Order: sequence, then structure tokens, then C-alpha cells
Amino acid sequence: MTITPSTATALSDAVASDSALRGFLHGLPGVDQVGAEQRAAALGTRSIKTTAKAWALDLAVSMVDLTTLEGNDTPGKVRTLAAKAMRPDPTDPGCPATAAVCVYGDLVGVAKETLGTSGVKVASVATAFPAGRVPLEVKLADVRDAVAAGADEIDMVIDRGAFLAGRYLEVYEEIVATKAACGQGDRRAHLKVILETGELQTYDNVRRASWLGMLAGGDFIKTSTGKVQPAATMPVTLVMLEAVRDFRETTGTQIGVKPAGGIRTAKDAIKYLVMVNEVAGEDWLHPDWFRFGASTLLNDLLMQRQKLATGHYSGPDYVTLD
Amino acid sequence: MKFEYAPAPESRAIVDIASSYGLFVDGAFTSGSGSSFKTINPATEEVLAEVAEADAADVDRAVKAARRAYTRVWSRMSGAERGKYLFRIARIIAERSRELAVLESIDNGKPIKESRDVDIPTAAAHFFYYAGWADKLEYALPGNGHSGADPQPLGVAAQVIPWNFPFLMLAWKIAPALATGNTVVLKPAETTPLTALLFAEICQQADLPPGVVNIVTGAGETGRALVEHPDVDKVAFTGSTDVGRAIARSVAGSRKKVTLELGGKAANIVFDDAPVDQAVEGIVNGIFFNQGHVCCAGSRLLVQESVAEEVVERLKRRMATLRVGDPLDKNTDVGAINSAEQLQRIRELAEIGDAEGAERWTEPCELPDHGFWFAPTIFTGVSQAHRIAREEIFGPVLSILTFRTPQEAVAKANNTPYGLSAGIWSDKGSRILWVANQLRAGVVWANTFNRFDPASPFGGYQESGYGREGGRHGLEGYIK
Repeated sequence: MTITPSTATALSDAVASDSALRGFLHGLPGVDQVGAEQRAAALGTRSIKTTAKAWALDLAVSMVDLTTLEGNDTPGKVRTLAAKAMRPDPTDPGCPATAAVCVYGDLVGVAKETLGTSGVKVASVATAFPAGRVPLEVKLADVRDAVAAGADEIDMVIDRGAFLAGRYLEVYEEIVATKAACGQGDRRAHLKVILETGELQTYDNVRRASWLGMLAGGDFIKTSTGKVQPAATMPVTLVMLEAVRDFRETTGTQIGVKPAGGIRTAKDAIKYLVMVNEVAGEDWLHPDWFRFGASTLLNDLLMQRQKLATGHYSGPDYVTLD
Repeated sequence: MKFEYAPAPESRAIVDIASSYGLFVDGAFTSGSGSSFKTINPATEEVLAEVAEADAADVDRAVKAARRAYTRVWSRMSGAERGKYLFRIARIIAERSRELAVLESIDNGKPIKESRDVDIPTAAAHFFYYAGWADKLEYALPGNGHSGADPQPLGVAAQVIPWNFPFLMLAWKIAPALATGNTVVLKPAETTPLTALLFAEICQQADLPPGVVNIVTGAGETGRALVEHPDVDKVAFTGSTDVGRAIARSVAGSRKKVTLELGGKAANIVFDDAPVDQAVEGIVNGIFFNQGHVCCAGSRLLVQESVAEEVVERLKRRMATLRVGDPLDKNTDVGAINSAEQLQRIRELAEIGDAEGAERWTEPCELPDHGFWFAPTIFTGVSQAHRIAREEIFGPVLSILTFRTPQEAVAKANNTPYGLSAGIWSDKGSRILWVANQLRAGVVWANTFNRFDPASPFGGYQESGYGREGGRHGLEGYIK
């Protein structure tokens, strides 16, 4: 597909009514489950060694949204995490910083204060994360609050209930409203749309929800909250990468992808990067376009970096626990 | 390119290649009475070993050994005991799988990821599968045979296999033959004899009684001597349709039972409601798997006209990520063409495609300086009248045709002298079933391609041969 005025019109027509939107989303090509899983597994067998591995590990570190989303989060915990994000490996000044720190809205101020002008972004989950089961006005207030506290990025959850009930336009309008609440112009926070693919279950749903999120203006589409199992998987991320690739081909607009939850090892992270490279393309190999939502992943990346540099494993006592 | 994958070569150290090999007859390696030939690594043209070329006298010796083993040992042994040997062989194959995979890739040119993940594990699975049948034959084929008695073996099987899946084809041939109580003389292809000779070593390691498996190496003449040997009861051949025809002629009127698995020109049919990303994977897997050296390759893409442009665009984008090169690199997707002769044939047919007016597109990639290489290529604007739509190219070359309706797709798919395999891509179950029933092909894949399982029968219609290998059906070819 190429970008023509007619495709642009077709896409704006698609969101003109509930039935038009349903027609558009159900008209997207289906995803064959067996084939998608086979392809994801095949990409996972690439062997990334030596120089390629070193490059990929650094890239992966720079793509981490270092996350803590717990009821017992404290200002102290968030400060520690922010310090780690800015300087993941205190023994190696060459180690890149992570992309962002991801926290609940009430701790955005603390994170912002610690990160200062380091360039590490503050991402805040909002819209009554993770369930999203509150009235829209409350969700939007949640978003405005986080943005006012200085959040650079908002990770919203879609209304899975509405999606599964087939009320696509409602989901769409909620994303549009959330985006508006992210602010205007240079101060606008980037919007990541969490699909919660573990609840959508089928790959057809993942593809439809991806397009819905992109049509509504999301800057990123994100797999999961991390609170539902399964969280990010290779095949789900594959389908989302195909969606952003096709969306750019159709509209010219590039959208980012963020798998979150369940990615714990450097080996897994590298498999994801291979998939990004071969499915969406190398334009997505940048923290502006691909992120890992993770907490324990970072330390494994750091251990693997040290192993590559020194030739031996140092063990978990040689990376910081935060 | 941002993300350069560093070379990730599989080590050759695991396999010892001798400088010369004899024939495996009566449980021992013996030198042939004839001459010898060289087998080379098609990726580098490096000579790997000198291999004995069996003449008629050598073949006779092998058939006699097989007959002796059949009469004295193997046909008298209980199925349960035969099964034990087959299980043992299967386990040794699994244990030595890396060694076999590396050797296969060196001798054949196929990527290590294919020999490692497909050829060798599937071969082991085949032995495991038929090992399980060895003591249950009366249940596999109830009421079989003219006498109504329990299934009886045929005797000595002459088996001639091709170079595209050397070890896997050996497994397809030997496992059912041994499970049913036959003994075999097998001739591997002249360009890829090494894994068959390693299999001979595995037979020794498994303490298989001498003469049950004999391996004779050589080219066409050796194969002819074997197939035409008067004391052979069964001929099983996988290879070209021309040779298959010659074999059918030579055994006509004899008591020999024959199964032939020959060429193909499979249609891979993509409907407008296909899961398009997976269909593109299936097209790639259908034609570029094993460099297209696959008799059941999806070498004719029939794509519905309304989505043809989009499918071809997506296919090209996907092809640009195929990694062509060193077969031993774990990231290689497409390896070397097996021989200079085959490369010549692929080039000729591709040039005919140009001359006939089809439009060629080749993946932009660098090819190594030495060895035999052909970059993945597609032809668009192909019609049924073009030779590249009718003849088997047996290389990484895809001919793309379009159709308008399911009826037209079926008519075009069936308009071939072959009939080995076909693929259907559609999200509509009823359409898949209808089309599958109309297709004259031995194997029809729905929303997948090139999937092999020991439990699934495989074989062709028309010029693609007769008889089935795999599954319970695979036992029938070795039973009275």
C-alpha cells in the first residue's frame, strides 16, 4: 500500500461510525495462529554473537523503561530506581542510560526531581491502570494529574471490556480523549496505548486493537500492564510489529512498540531486537520506536555486558539491586 | 545496515571426514572393485573425500549379503526384536545429531539451521515412528495381503535416493523397510554420499546384524545395476521423473514391487482472504526452503488477482531479509546450490523465463566467490504457457501466476503433468476443504507448507510417482 489522498480519506472514514470502524477492523487480514507462532519461534533461533551481541545489549539497555508499579512503592524506592536508570552500571561510564523510568502517577514528581535534565524520561501509567474500570472523567483526571506533575510519557490502558463487547468506537474515542488530556504542542506527553493482549487473547484481536490504537493517535502501542498473564510474548509482539510496519506504509506515520512484562533475560531481549529488525525494519531499532517494559531485565543485560567485556560471569553481586 | 549479525559458524570439529570411503557391505567397510569419485563441498568446491564407485560386481556382493541376512536373520526375527534395533538406531541418530547435521550441511550445501532443525530430527523421528510399528504390523494393515495372513516382508529392497535431503530420504527408505522385515541395499546420490556412510557406522554401533543394511555408493550406473539386479524384490526410488520412468520400464514384467517419488511443480494458492503475513512466510518457506531443492516445493504461486500486487510487494520485502551464504553459519537462510550441474540447469531455465517475457526480480544480496550460488528469485507475469510454469526448476526460483476465482485456481493448479503437493491459503475453512478435494496432489497443505511428519503419508499423482511413504501407508510398499 502507498500513501495517497484516498487512503487518508479511507482511514478517516473508518472512524466515522461504529459500524464503519467495525467494518475496517474486521477487514484487516487475519492472523494464522500456527504460522505467526512458527515465525516468531524461527526468529528466536538467530544466533547473535560477539560484536553484534555487544551492540544489541547496549541498544537493549537504552530501550528499557525501568519499571516499578507496586502498591508498596515509596519515594525512596523510586529515587533508587531513577539513579539506576541514569547510570545502570556504576563501574562502566560507557554504559548507556535507560530510556525511561515508569511509575504510578503519584510518584512522577519524585522521579522527575531525581532524573532532572539527565534525558531519562518519566513515564507514568494512568487511566486507572491496570484495570481501567473507572468512569472516563476519572481516567482523564488521572492523566492530567500525571502530566501536570511532569510526566513525559503516559501509559494508558484501553477499555478491554468495550473492545471485547465490540464497542470499538467507544475504545477509539477514549484513546482520543486521553491523548487530548496529554497536553498540547511541545509539552504534550507521549501516549503509549496498552492493549493488554493477555486479555484480548487472539492474534486477530491484537491486530485490530493495534490499528485502533494507532488510528486514535497513540504514539506507541504496548502489549501489557504486566499485571495479567501472559504478558508480552514473541508472537504478540510480532503481530504488533507487522501492524506498525503496515500503518507506516499506509499513512506515513511511524508508531512505536513496547512489549512489557515477562522479558527477563538478555537472550530474550536480543530475540525481540532480531524480530524488530527483520519484521518492522531497522528504523525501529531506536529507543524512540521500541521499548522494553521491564524491571529485572536490566540487571541481566548488565551482567551479559560485563561478561562480554571481561570474558567471565561476575554474578549477581556485581550488579546493583534496587 | 544498523544490526549486522556477526558470523556465527557451527564448528566443523565435531565431525571427522575420512580422506576415502569404501562400500558398506555385510556389516563392514570394503573397498570397491571399481574406480572412485570425489565428493565436494558445494559452498566452497573443496574436495571432501574420495568415495568408491560400486560396479555391477560390488552391487551383486551387496545384494547377496542382503539376501543372506534376510533369509538367515532378519525375516526370522520377531517384530519386537527388529523394533529394538530401530529404536536403538533412532536414539543414536538423536545423540549424534549435531555431527550428522554438520556433515549434511558440508556435503549438501544446505543451511545448518535446516539440517539441525529439520533433516536430522525428522529422520530420527522416522526411525522412532517405524520402530513402533515393527511388532504391530497385523494392526497396521488388518486383513492385508492376498492370503489374509499376517503381513509378510518382500525380501531385499533396492533403494536409490536423491541429493536434496540425503539423510532424511535414507530414513524414509530404510526405516519402513527394516520395520517390516526386509533387508536393504541403498545407494545415496553421488554428490551427497557422506551421511549415508556415517549411517553405516551407526548401524555398526547399533550392532545391527551384518547385511541388513548395505550402502553402495556411485552414480547412475551403480543405481542401474542395483535396480536391475535379478535378486531384488523391491525397488524404491526418489529422484527425477526421467530416471523414474527408466526404472519403471526396466522392472516392467518382473516380480519387483516399485514405489517412485518423483518431481513436482506444486501450486501454492493464495486467496484474497488469506492471512497475508503468514501466507508470505509460507511462500518463502515453500520455494526457498533447502534452496528450492525440494520435490514438493511450492514453485508455482497462484495468487488471486485482487491481492496479487500487495502479496508480491510483501514477498519482495520479506525476501530482502533472507540471508544467503555460508551453510554452516547459524543465521544462514539459503545455502549453496548442490552442484555445478544443477546450478547450470537453474540458470538455463531462468534465462528461458526472461526470454519468454516473464519479469525477473532477484533478492539484492552478495554471493560468495567460490561454490555454487543462485540468489532467491521470483518471476512475475508468468502464464501457464511459460516453461518456467510447467517444468521443475528444482532451485530457488518462483513463478507467480494470478487467478480470478476458486474454479480457475483449481483448474490452473491441476493443469500440470505432476501432482505431488499443493498449498492453500485462506481464512475460510469451507473453501479450504473444497479446494483440497479438487486438487490432484498427494499432499495438500492448508495455511502452511513443507511440513513433514513421519505419521503423514507422502507421495504423488501422475508423473510425480506412485506409492506412499510415511505413516501406515508407508508400510504397504514393503509388505506382500
